[in-house]
Amino acid sequence: MSGIIVCSETEEGAFELLTKGRELSKEFNGQLSALVLGGRNDKDLQPYFEYGARNVILIPNDSAETFDAETYARALFEIAKESGPDILLIRSSRLGKEVAGRVAQKLQAGCVTDAIGLTIKGSELVIDRYALGGNTISSEIIKTRKKVISIMPRTFEAQPAPVEGKVERVDLKIAPRRVQLVEQKKKMGESVNIESAETLVCVGKGVSNKEDLAILNELCAALKGELGCTRALSSDYHWISEDRMVGISGKRCKPRLGVSIGISGQIQHTVGIMSSKLIVAINKDKEAPIFKIADYGVVGDLYQVVPRLTEKIKALGI
Amino acid sequence: MKQVVDLQQIRIKRDTREPVLEGLPVLFGDMDKNALEEAVRIKEKHGAKVTVLSVGSAKLKDTILEALAMGADEACIVVDPACEGSDTAASAMTLVKAIEKIGPYDLILVGEGSADNYSGQIGSRIAEMLNVPQITYVRELSIESNTVTAVRDIEGTLEVVKADIPVVVSVTSEINRPRRAPLAQILRASRKPLNVWTVKDIGIEASQVGWSASAIQVVSNLAPQQERKSVIFEGDVDEMVGKLVDALRREGALP
Repeated sequence: MSGIIVCSETEEGAFELLTKGRELSKEFNGQLSALVLGGRNDKDLQPYFEYGARNVILIPNDSAETFDAETYARALFEIAKESGPDILLIRSSRLGKEVAGRVAQKLQAGCVTDAIGLTIKGSELVIDRYALGGNTISSEIIKTRKKVISIMPRTFEAQPAPVEGKVERVDLKIAPRRVQLVEQKKKMGESVNIESAETLVCVGKGVSNKEDLAILNELCAALKGELGCTRALSSDYHWISEDRMVGISGKRCKPRLGVSIGISGQIQHTVGIMSSKLIVAINKDKEAPIFKIADYGVVGDLYQVVPRLTEKIKALGI
Repeated sequence: MKQVVDLQQIRIKRDTREPVLEGLPVLFGDMDKNALEEAVRIKEKHGAKVTVLSVGSAKLKDTILEALAMGADEACIVVDPACEGSDTAASAMTLVKAIEKIGPYDLILVGEGSADNYSGQIGSRIAEMLNVPQITYVRELSIESNTVTAVRDIEGTLEVVKADIPVVVSVTSEINRPRRAPLAQILRASRKPLNVWTVKDIGIEASQVGWSASAIQVVSNLAPQQERKSVIFEGDVDEMVGKLVDALRREGALP
């Protein structure tokens, strides 16, 4: 085995992957490197060594104007081809996922995207991901020597283990991007990151109109949580921004407490809350599938239950 | 477009946690329909020929009628038992060979991920194999002469980008709301050209696709184990809420 390389456009993403990468590096006896996407100074790279990278590869001047997924994939291919690293761990952000598919094609490698687990069994690396729209978890092995794996954010908890390492500047002759960037703008509305919320209140079609979201927002405030929603409320009704959409094509969250309100429990949504430590469901339909994955369920009309719940929590004075 | 089993109807065997897929109806995924809808809208605005391409089981001959009824002009389907078990690389290669048989193209539209596996690799692999640019995660698309302008959605940021055709575009569900085909169109759809190909017809050996050619070995595919308490409260609202709050305090789940 000739090494493991992690690739992420965010630092915390790189540290999560490095933490797992250390285990693979020990098991498969390969050097652990990190490719830093997005130009940075050498001195900003010290934290990568704190998390176990022996080698940090830096591509100078890779700003968004000059680099996109295609160009990153070319760079990664140059680094990983032939005697380069065999295992590529890429953060499964949208950029990362595109890079994964592209670099896998260039390397003629097998690729698994959106991994939610990585375990070593015997001499094999077994990768878990959701399949069949979230109905199942598929455990897969990549048979090609080069293995490209994109891993869902926050699958592993970053833990430091400092080593001595070096920074390698790689000046690759990469053809410029073919898709031209005209403009970059932050999405409207406040920027939220429901994936890191400790408490997440998710709502679905049980809410009959947009104004009624007020009672859900009050519950969120009382619980000091964030609001999330199903695909219908975001993509179809446009009541809630898609940053808050939870599910297989939205965010996958791991809150301590997940509260599902007026959600029937279709698998495409529940995949996004399945990893909650505790799940509470409120639904008037006793037969709703959401109750099957709940720790605590309340069979009742959300318009009665939610305001009462908010009141009760507020009364606790927390 | 990819034909998938109706994911809502999958049942899980209680003892083995295996999914039961036999006898389930098949349909096209939502995002695949978003891609087709966008193609049809472009045709309505600028004039174009829309070809639907799909690889799948024999049932595809029926499933494809919906796509033709939604406004595609022609369909090409690769139906070959040899493709069963193909991984994304082999599927992308099959699509590319079919695209080459179809002939010149300006736009290749795909969903950002399939409804069942959502791996998101197909567009990227096709773009690599054909060596054309790709714009992923597109929620707005416009075309002027030979240039495509797109708004793409990269998590917290929206990017406006431009590329010259030919280009591969992957769309998100925000881009449009796919039309429902009226009955008259569905009846008419069976009169539109439908090309049914085997892998040999598009220049692929059976050994290049399917299980044996797959770079991915599936060790198991089971429903996740659920270890939930499943305590369900029914009855008086005040009482239920009281019990729930007590339970949450016990669990230390309140802030």
